[in-house]
This record gives sequence, C-alpha cells and structure tokens, in this order.
Amino acid sequence: MRSDKNTSAPLGLKVAAGAGLLFLHLPILLIFLYAFTTEEKSYQFPPPGYTLKWFAAAWNRPDVWDALGLSVRVASISTAVALVLGTLCAAAVSRTRFFGREAVSLLVILPIALPGIITGIALRSAFSFVDIPFSFWTIVLGHATFCVVVVYNNAVARFRRISGSLVEASMDLGADGFQTFRYVILPNIGTALLAGGMLAFALSFDEVIVTTFTAGQQSTLPIWMLEELVRPRQRPVTNVVAMVVVLVTFLPILAAYYLTRDGDQVAGSGK
Amino acid sequence: MTAVLFQQVSRHFGAVRAVDSVDLAIAEGEFFAMLGPSGSGKTTCLRLMAGFEQPTGGHIEIFGETAEGVPPYRRNVNTVFQDYALFPHLSILENVAYGLMVKGVGKAERLKAAEEALAMVKLPGYGTRRPGQLSGGQRQRVALARALVNRPRVLLLDEPLGALDLKLREQMQEELKSLQKSLGITFVFVTHDQGEALSMADRIAVFSEGRIQQLGTPEEVYKRPKTRFVADFVGSSNVLPPDFVESLGFGRHHASLRPEAITLGDGPGRKQFSGRVTASSFLGAASRVTVEANGARIAAMVPASTAVPAEGATVTLSFLPEDLHTMDGAQ
Amino acid sequence: MNADTSILSRRTGALGQLSDTFWRKPKILLFLMLTPPLLWLGVIYLGSLFALLLQSFFSIDDFSGLINYDFTLDTYRQLLIPSNFDIILRTVVMAALVTLASAAIAFPIAYYAARYARGKWKVIFYLGVMLPLWSSYLVKVYAWKLILAKEGILTWIFAKLHLTWLLDAWLSLPVIGGSSLSISYTGTFIVFIYVWMPFMILPIQAALERVPGNLIEASADLGGNPAQTFRHVLFPLALPGIIAGSIFTFSLTLGDYIIPQIIGSSRLFIGQAVYAQQGTAGNIPLAAAFSVVPIVIMGLYLWMAKRQGAFDAL
Repeated sequence: MRSDKNTSAPLGLKVAAGAGLLFLHLPILLIFLYAFTTEEKSYQFPPPGYTLKWFAAAWNRPDVWDALGLSVRVASISTAVALVLGTLCAAAVSRTRFFGREAVSLLVILPIALPGIITGIALRSAFSFVDIPFSFWTIVLGHATFCVVVVYNNAVARFRRISGSLVEASMDLGADGFQTFRYVILPNIGTALLAGGMLAFALSFDEVIVTTFTAGQQSTLPIWMLEELVRPRQRPVTNVVAMVVVLVTFLPILAAYYLTRDGDQVAGSGK
Repeated sequence: MTAVLFQQVSRHFGAVRAVDSVDLAIAEGEFFAMLGPSGSGKTTCLRLMAGFEQPTGGHIEIFGETAEGVPPYRRNVNTVFQDYALFPHLSILENVAYGLMVKGVGKAERLKAAEEALAMVKLPGYGTRRPGQLSGGQRQRVALARALVNRPRVLLLDEPLGALDLKLREQMQEELKSLQKSLGITFVFVTHDQGEALSMADRIAVFSEGRIQQLGTPEEVYKRPKTRFVADFVGSSNVLPPDFVESLGFGRHHASLRPEAITLGDGPGRKQFSGRVTASSFLGAASRVTVEANGARIAAMVPASTAVPAEGATVTLSFLPEDLHTMDGAQ
Repeated sequence: MNADTSILSRRTGALGQLSDTFWRKPKILLFLMLTPPLLWLGVIYLGSLFALLLQSFFSIDDFSGLINYDFTLDTYRQLLIPSNFDIILRTVVMAALVTLASAAIAFPIAYYAARYARGKWKVIFYLGVMLPLWSSYLVKVYAWKLILAKEGILTWIFAKLHLTWLLDAWLSLPVIGGSSLSISYTGTFIVFIYVWMPFMILPIQAALERVPGNLIEASADLGGNPAQTFRHVLFPLALPGIIAGSIFTFSLTLGDYIIPQIIGSSRLFIGQAVYAQQGTAGNIPLAAAFSVVPIVIMGLYLWMAKRQGAFDAL
C-alpha cells in the first residue's frame, strides 16, 4: 500500500501497533533480567538482587555443553541437507513447468503446514516399523524434512526475480548449462541460499516437538530446556541458557534479513 | 552467401501456430527487419535463429550449417535482448567480457577486447559500473557491446529500441545502421515499429499470424503492399474496396493508395473522384483530410501550403494511376 | 573467435557432452533435480504419514496391550467417547479463539507497517516481528512461565496497581480461572497467542501492501467514515492475508502439546493426548487416530482457504 501523501496514523492505531510490538518483545527482555537474579528457588519479581555467578555456573555444566554441541551438529547437517534438497526443488519448480508442479510445492510445505507432533509421531512409528534405532541421524532426518521448506521459499522467491532472459543471455554468449549455473545462477541465488540456510539453522537449532519423537536418549539444547521447564532443577542456569539461546538465534535472523532485504522478504511464513 | 535460411519452418505450441511454414533467406551483411504486431511470430523466428526455440517442422541453416538441434551456446550468433538482460551481479566490463570468458579467453585479452567494444558503443570508461547505475540508453549500448565483442556472424536484435524515448531512439537508429555498415555483420532486427523498419532495414519481412505476408525492400513494402494486412500495418495506406476500384476503371480488386499520393483538385494524367469531407486534422507539415467517396473512407495528405477544405464540403481529388496498387484476394 | 564457422564445436570433456544432453532432453535434468527431494519428502515423509494413517485403522488388544493388525474403525469410535471428544472440542475451540485474538492483535501492527511505516520504521517493524517470530519457542514459553508465576511480574504489577482483587476475581471464574494464571486456561490462551500471533502479521501485511493507498482515500473521499472504510474496503482486502495467517495460528495451536503441558490446567489437548497415547499408554492406533483429527481439520481448512485465494498472500 503506497500513499504518496505523508499522512500520519491515527492515534488509536499507533497505540495499538506499538502495544502489539511491546507485547511481543517485553517477555523476551524479561529473560535477560532473570539471567542476573540472585533468587534460586522461585521466579520472584522483582529479583531480590543481581549477580553474574550463574554465567559461570552454566559455563561449567557439561550437560549444557553436550546439548549445545549436539544441537549445533544436528543443525549443521540438517541445514546442509535442506540446502541441497530445497535448492533442487526450487530450481525444478521455477525453471520448468511440468505436470505435478503444484503437488511438489505442496509436498515441500506439508511438513510445516501439519502440526509438528504429526510429523514427529509419523517418523517415530516409521522408525520403529523398520527397526531403525534412534540416533543422531534420526534427529537429522526429522529436522531436514521441515528445514527444506525454508530454503525452498527463499530460493523460489529469488528464482522468480532472476529474469528468464539472464539464463538465455548467458547461453547466447556461449556458456553451456554448467557454466551458466556457475557464473549466472549461483551468484544470483547465493545470498538467498545463505539466508535460507541461516533460517534453516535457526529453525533446527530451536526445534523441540519433532525432536522429542526422534531423539531417543540424546538431548539437544531445546530438549534439555524442555526437561528444565517440566522439572526445574537449577532455575538460574536455565535462565542463562535461555538468554544465550535468544542472542544466538538473533544473529542468523538479522544476517538473513540483511542478505535478502533488497526485494524478496525473508519468507517468514516459512517457519 | 546466405546467412540465415529458413525452409518451411514451423514452431507450433500445441494448437497455436506461432510460426507457420516460413521460408526466408537472409543474405550475408544484410540489415534485415522482421516487422509485425505482437504475436505475429517475428520474435519466435528470432528465437529459432538464436536457438532458444526448436522448430517443430522444417529446416534452418546458418551460413550453410544445419542449426536445429544445436544449443544456443554453440551458435556463432548473438542476441541483444529486449530487456537487455545484463547480468546484475557483474560490472559492465565483466558483462561485456562474459562471452569471451566462458570461451576461455585469457583475462587480460578479454578485458582489453571488452574495453574496445565499450569504446565502440561510445561508453569508454564505464566498465567499473554496475548495470543498475546506467540509464536505459546506456544499458542498451552495453548489451550491444556484449554481443558484438564475440564477433558473431549474425547479430539478433529483439526490439532493442522499444524502451527508449523518441529522441534517443532516432539517434540509436542511425548509430546501429552505421555500426552495421562498418562491421559488415548480418543484423536481424525485430520490431513492431514500421517507421523503424522502413528507415533502417535493407529488406523487411512483414509478419502476421505466424506467416510472412510480404518480403521486400522498404520501398516495395511501403509502396506496393501485397495484402490488406501489409497495407494497413505499414504506414497508413487507404484500402479501397473492389466496387470503388472498379468504378475507377482498374478491375474488381482491393487496392491500396497512399494518402500522400492523393491531391486536391485535378491534373493532367490523373484519375479523379469526388467526395465529402468528414474530418481534418492538422499535423504540422501537412493536414490529414478524411473524405467519404462512394461509401469508402479515404484519407489524403494536404500540404500545409494548401487551404484545408471545410467539413461537409464536396471536393475533387486525384491521383496518378501508378500509385494505385491492386492486391491479391481480399485479405 | 573462429569467425568463419557459424556452429562452434562443443566444449571438450564430459561436462560439455552432458550439457548438450541436458539441453536436448530437459526432462532428464528435471528428473535428476526432482529425484532427491521427492525421494526424501515423497517416500520417507509421506510414507511415514501413510504408515501412521494406516495404524489408526488397527486396534489395541486391551489385555495383552499388543497391536491387533485387523482393519477396524473401533479406534476412531473411541475418539467419540466423551472424555476423548472433549479433548478434541477443547483444542478446536482454543485454536479458533487463539486465531481470532491473534488476528485482532496482528491487524493494527500489520496495517501500520503496511500503510504508515516508512524507511527506518519499516525496517524496525519488520525486524520487530521477525525476531520474536524466530526466537526460540521454548524460551518464549519459558518467559511466560516467569511472567505468569504466582510470585512473578504480573502478580507484582497487579499488586502495585492495587488491582489484586481483579486478578483474584478473574481466577475464581469457572473454566477460565484456576489457582494461578500459570495453571489456568487463561494462561494457556495468552501463551498460545504470544507464540503464534507473529505468524499472522506478515501475511496480513503482505495482503495490505498490495492495496493501493488511494483506494482508502477513495473510500474516504466517497464519504465513508473510518469504520465503513474498514468494513467495506480494508477488511475484505486483508481477508486473504488473515486467512493465510490463520492457517499457521490454527494449525500450530491444534498440534501443540508443550504449551498446555507447561502452562495450563491438567486437562489435555489433542497434542498431549497423542503424546500420552503413543508414549506411556503405548496405544499407537489411538494416538494415530488422534493425530488424524488435526490433519482432517487442516485439510478442510486449507481447502476453504484455497477457495478464498489465501495462498497468494503467503
């Protein structure tokens, strides 16, 4: 919606929009405050005092490090798989028209359109059906499945922006299919893929619902947090971990935004 | 030698006959225009030459070599695209050097060639900029340089002047023409602008509905249109109905008559008819007067030096018999 | 280069040959590109879904606890017994309420971002929505556990404002109340909105971005007051975006089992029922039948949304 006039918004709208944004951000800011509280046993507000000691406590917890390490490894490999599958799918769907094109895009979106618990339980029962023991790879399999769509969305949006005549121009100038891919297509979709990859990483890093069904005994960082939520053991450490998780996920999202800001939006609907 | 040869070439998309049994022979060094409205098949013909489309029937040769089944990247033919299709991620110099780069020409050599090509299109020193920083006219020149640096045997131009404003377009027309003369490369030019085709081309093929309606020099096509379509599309010829033509003593045919061939009043050796003035409009150097005669609406160009008759007045008009061209059929 | 030939020879090596083959037969390339994703998503993922669907037509032997592999609709019949049907009803009502409330809160943000925010503010609004949307789900739930706790900030604010009586009165209400906000439906509702509402903003904003600004001026010009303009111009134009957003809020609420487990009363939602049936109860067929419910509901919902043209706003 473009209005050339510099009209200012009605006060009611300003207040409602501002309040909505505050509603979204204040709870996250509160996490930051709680990371410094001296209170151990409850969620008392305002905190009775402030301390940095929980950062040290969290730093020295091997279970936190193990969970973090697993999450990073799972997210890296899932992202790599999603990048390959999502890009292939996006290229096929946007470069050619073929029978069943719509079905392919629906198939890609399905793992996030359906509630995560369904994906989770379906994979779990399939694993037990064919006797695959839970492992690192079963987690990756689940994560890659729903990460594909994020890469796909970003890549499709970018493919749509590359005018078809660029590819033709490249071929016209003597570049064969592989040269065209390397010198024209890849440089033009590169940032979109990077953005998609970062979002896929953030998505995988944070995923808990599917993971509970595919992880077996291992805990990723979200699984670790879920256990702390259900049966709190050391609340202040959880507070610190929560704050670190917020900060860590902000980075790829900001990066993804700056990579794709000219034109195509980071497909937020892709989560 | 024949640069491009089409023998009964067709390109059908399902039931749509984009190009239908076209025969064409473009000579080496010729400036050839393909003229027609959108959807007439002219652009598809260009894409068949470039290799972006494959014929569903017929045979194509480029300098005597069979072209069907040969990918665009293996044809020594280059294209200037309608939207220029400059690579947004490359600098102007890299854009121009692209064709040489993918063919494996060394860096120093290809950049030197690209600089020269840019100088040729009067954009020396623009190499470090990005396509987004150039104006439409400048981008057009870059697209031209990018194609010409490969020394193609045929240069295809797809409505290259369509996006430019009038002044720039006229200037580019002259430049293209002189560039073509000095390089001696065969140019094949697609346009829907008849003025552009008439002023630049050595020969014109007029397309309609996937077929060539007429192929000839600009003068032939303009003065002696073979079909009603050509008469209508090229310039603004009067198409006279058979009754009218018969009454003037030419036999029962459709015929074309250029407005500027008609004068007010009679003269020696001229055919004359009378009609009632229904409209007139002042165009600067001349006025266009529309007359109703024998049930036909006929336009005549009256020089500014002559008084324009009032609307409703009955006037006598005349023309030289050789300016009237009868046409085959009633197309 | 070799200016005397019109057809150049192909690039040497396997790649040149392969490139020519792909150019001549693009279907081969398409096939190669689609095979890996389709194997993964079409075979592994859809296969698992179908296997799950299949299990819902089996039943469990009440005595041995083993799965009885005979085709039966008994498991679906179990969904209709009151305690199970209540779970479904409760979840659907909650999802619907969450969707409506999310639309109401999201609309002003989306409208402001689409129509008034410019330059720097546009970026602030965009990131202001994206960051919470992508923030860790569990951290967000955790934040609300802190907020809604009896000793937490909300209780403190009510006390500071001398409104504790209001909070107590609300909590004493039947159904929506409870002994504390963190174990009431009210709490569950708030957290659901908080977590899923951002998914509503971007589609609405996208739909509104497509409305020419002068359309609103035209309506005002034709004498429409703001309420009329909203009802007859803005709302219908934003509707595809709202529906697109609601696909997310609705679907995500339907399948969630963590939020109601952490913040809420002990009464189950569909997700929790699925989790409990497949886990502790070991009744995979019933869990499968339960999970078919959101699939069917979402299928119907997507079908209706498609008819409304909501997918263009995604």
